[in-house]
Parts: sequence; C-alpha cells; structure tokens
Amino acid sequence: MVALMAWENPSPADAALPTAAHNALAPAGPQAAHIAGLWYLIVGVCGIVFTLVLLAVLYAIWRAPRATETTPAALHDDNPRIRRSVVWAVIVSTALLILLTVASIATDRVLAGLSLTDAIHIDITAHQWWWEARYDDAQPSNRFTTANEIHIPVGKPVILTLKSDDVIHSLWVPNLAGKKDLIPGRTATLTLQADREGDYRGQCAEFCGYQHSYMAFLLRADVPARYQAWLEAQRQPAAQSAAALESRGRQVFLGGNCAMCHAIEGTGAGGRHGPDLTHLASRESIAAGTLANTPENLARWISDPQAIKPGANMPPTDLPPDDLQALVAYLSSLP
Amino acid sequence: MCLRCLKYLPGMGRVLAGFAGLCLAIALSGCEREQRAFPQPADAKLMPQTLRQSELQPGQPAQPVGRGEHLPPPDYQAKYENNAYAVSQGRRLYRWFNCNGCHANGGGDIGPPLMDDRWIYGGEPADIYTSILHGRPNGMPSFAGHITEDQLWQIVAYVRSMSGQLRIDTAPSRSDNLQPAEPESRRERQDMRQSAPPKEHS
Repeated sequence: MVALMAWENPSPADAALPTAAHNALAPAGPQAAHIAGLWYLIVGVCGIVFTLVLLAVLYAIWRAPRATETTPAALHDDNPRIRRSVVWAVIVSTALLILLTVASIATDRVLAGLSLTDAIHIDITAHQWWWEARYDDAQPSNRFTTANEIHIPVGKPVILTLKSDDVIHSLWVPNLAGKKDLIPGRTATLTLQADREGDYRGQCAEFCGYQHSYMAFLLRADVPARYQAWLEAQRQPAAQSAAALESRGRQVFLGGNCAMCHAIEGTGAGGRHGPDLTHLASRESIAAGTLANTPENLARWISDPQAIKPGANMPPTDLPPDDLQALVAYLSSLP
Repeated sequence: MCLRCLKYLPGMGRVLAGFAGLCLAIALSGCEREQRAFPQPADAKLMPQTLRQSELQPGQPAQPVGRGEHLPPPDYQAKYENNAYAVSQGRRLYRWFNCNGCHANGGGDIGPPLMDDRWIYGGEPADIYTSILHGRPNGMPSFAGHITEDQLWQIVAYVRSMSGQLRIDTAPSRSDNLQPAEPESRRERQDMRQSAPPKEHS
C-alpha cells in the first residue's frame, strides 16, 4: 500500500532534481512525522471501516438467494434486531469520527508546541514562477538573498516567513512539513525541521498559473559545519574572474538587459524582479527546478525561456553567439 | 416547476434558448480579453543597440514626433490595448523598468504626469513608443537595447490606460496595493487632441 501511495516525482520538471526526496510518507523531521502519524491513523481507520462494509455487502449478496422473504423486511417495523444494529452502527461511527477529529486537533496542538529555540529565520517570497529566499541576520552585512535553493542545518528548527509577490502560491516540502499558502498582502509562517541529512524537493502546491508545475525548489539539510560553510560562501560578493571570456560576459550582463531584473552582489546589477544570481553556479538547477544547472541549459534558457517555460516573465534575449558564450562562461564562474 | 411551465407556454422555451445564447455570446466575447501571446524570439527581438542610443540631439530642427518610424503593429489593438493580460503585464513592467521612479503612479514627479490630457510629445501609441525607445530631452532616458519590442508595446498600452484611453474591461481595475488615484478602469477618458506636439524647439 505504501509503495502505491508514494507519489514520487509528481511533475515532469523533476528531471532537474533527480536525487531530491519528495515523499510525504518518508518523514525526515518531527513536523512531518506527526503529520504522517495522523495520516496512517486516518488511513487505518477508514481502511478497516471500508473493508468491514465491503464484507457486509458481500455477505448480503452471498445470502440473498437463500433468503425466504422475496421482499426485504420493512425497517419501520419494531424489529429489535434491526434497531440494535442501527444503534450500534451509529455509536461506532460517531466514536470513530470523534477519534479522528480529536487526533487531528491533537496533532495540530503538538505541531504548535514544538520547540523553536535557536530557530533559523528565512524569508520566502513566491513569484510567478520561482522562489526567493532571504537569510536574515542581526548583522546587516550577513544578510543575503538567493533563489530556488534553501539550505538548513540538521536538527535545528527553521521558521519560514512566507509572502507572495503576485498570486496565491503554496509551499510544500512533503518530507518535512505540511503545505502553507502564500497570499499576496499577507504574511504566513511555517516551521519545519530536518533530522536527517539530505536533499528534499519542495513544490508549489496551489495552482498559480501556466508554469505552476515548474515551480520547484531544493531544500538541502546539511550537517552544521557544512551549512556554516555554505552560509559564509553565500555572504560573499560575486567572484570576479580576471579571465578575458568571463570579464566580457560580465560586460554583456551589465550592458544588456539582464541587469534590469537580476542582481549580482559586488557589481552594478541590482534588479530585484528576477532571481539573485550572485552565486548561480553553486545551485543545482535553474528556472526553479526546471533544468539542471549546466552551461548548455543556461544558454538555452537565456536565449529562449519561452520555449522552456511559456509565459515566464523572462524575455528571450537575442545575443550574438560569442556574446552568449561569454555570458554563460561568466555566470558559470559565480560559485 | 419551470420545466412544466414550458409545456403551456410554447414561446417561453424559445425565449429561454435565446437568453442562454445571448449569455454565451457575451461570455465568449470576453475570451479575447484573456488571450495570451508568448514572446517568441522572432517577435521579441531586442531593440537594436547602437553606440548612440537616442536619435535626439540638442539643437535639432523640429520634426514630426514619433509617427511613421515606429508605427504600431497591425494587430496592436487586439494584441495589446484590448488584451487585459498585456495591459497588466505592462503595469508590472512599468514598475520593473522604474518608470514610476520619475512618473510616480501616473501623477508625475520629476517626470511629467501621464494621466492627464497634456502630452508634450504626443499621446498616440507610436509617440509613447518613441519616447520610451529613444528618450526625450531633459531627463527621459532611452531604453533601446534594454527591452523587447513586445514588452515595450505592453508598457505603451498600460501608459495609455492611465489617462482612460482603453476599454474599461481591459484597463487594470483595483490594485492590491495602496493606490493614490482611482483604478485605471474607472478613469475618465482624457482628450488627447488638446495636446499638440511642440512646434519649435526654442
């Protein structure tokens, strides 16, 4: 049963994140574990009731030809056997429904009561169709923005502050927590924690337009030391390669229309309408989990995003081949 | 009960069918408003980028503004001004390209207002297009090389909605954010004819 219900790889976009886990029945943290427990309880109770009802129907069908009466007994007759059965059925159904309701409320209470001491705060903003993540810090120079990839340390609670830039989205990392809607003009929070190291796939879970299914992200839970190293690397401004090809690509980036929407820390590019590209080469995928982050895919994406994600806000960019090559070389040199 | 009435009123069925047909026709006429045309490299060509990005120079003799050189595409009305999606995209791009940095929400700031009937360089689509593409003296920068043709026409359509030039069903309605003026779809149509292009550069 479990194997049937493990809906892994729900979207065709998944090819870009092949190793990331995406399975609500393999919880990797306390929040997801409680939700999975509730799920198993509901499936168990409903499964048993369903089986008993089916058995009763089969029994009735099997018995029917041998019954002496040609018409069924009238139910309004004062038949004590029928009345007893009905009373029992009502009692059992009510009790089971109360059990499920209480279990659901109890799970909610437990989730709300989980410890959040030393929690890590990450601001998530959903856009059509990508995720922006801002890592907050008391020290302003330690704050940074990234996109479509969230890293967290193992065993520490994380508080995600959720906002939307355009329409209603929903954030869902099945292995770690339930879904939470991101509604324009409102702020929601979601807490999660990963107790197992690994890559988890997140996905928009509320239809938000044409490319809804291509709106994924990678959540990487790392041991604290590696997480800290990643944090330090992300806080740095972009690498400045002295090589001729890369510096030409940098000129293409800053002189063309890329810089109107994208930011690269340490350069003049400060656009905030598209993903921050300061450490683009460190990410696993581009275009929100749509394509693997390879130079070929980058070139394909830059020259014609509409062929890959029709309706995305990034316009096609018609660059001469050597400019495109320089641009891709520059973007690939931003670890 | 209503269905039983039909038997006694033979005309009623026809009236109902006609009414349903009318509803369908009205509903279908709204479809066009939501049509999407995705920019393909062919029609999303970037504006040619040359060293001098604006053709305007100080001391230039007066010349007809804009018209002629950059006429709107033949399907301009259908594709941009009568298409709610294009206008709403134009609305986003208006902010993304920082038009509001100088023109605010249309009321003007260090740039002239866009919601009134006074258009120094003309308020026809071709004029607005030229103003954005080549810039204008005293501050309007040129966006040549930084924007696709498709996006530029979308901004043009949105800018025209600010002074009520568009149909009310395609102009943007109430915004999610605080807005200092009435939504574009509720604005009165400003008479563009009052504003003539400047005759002479003094």
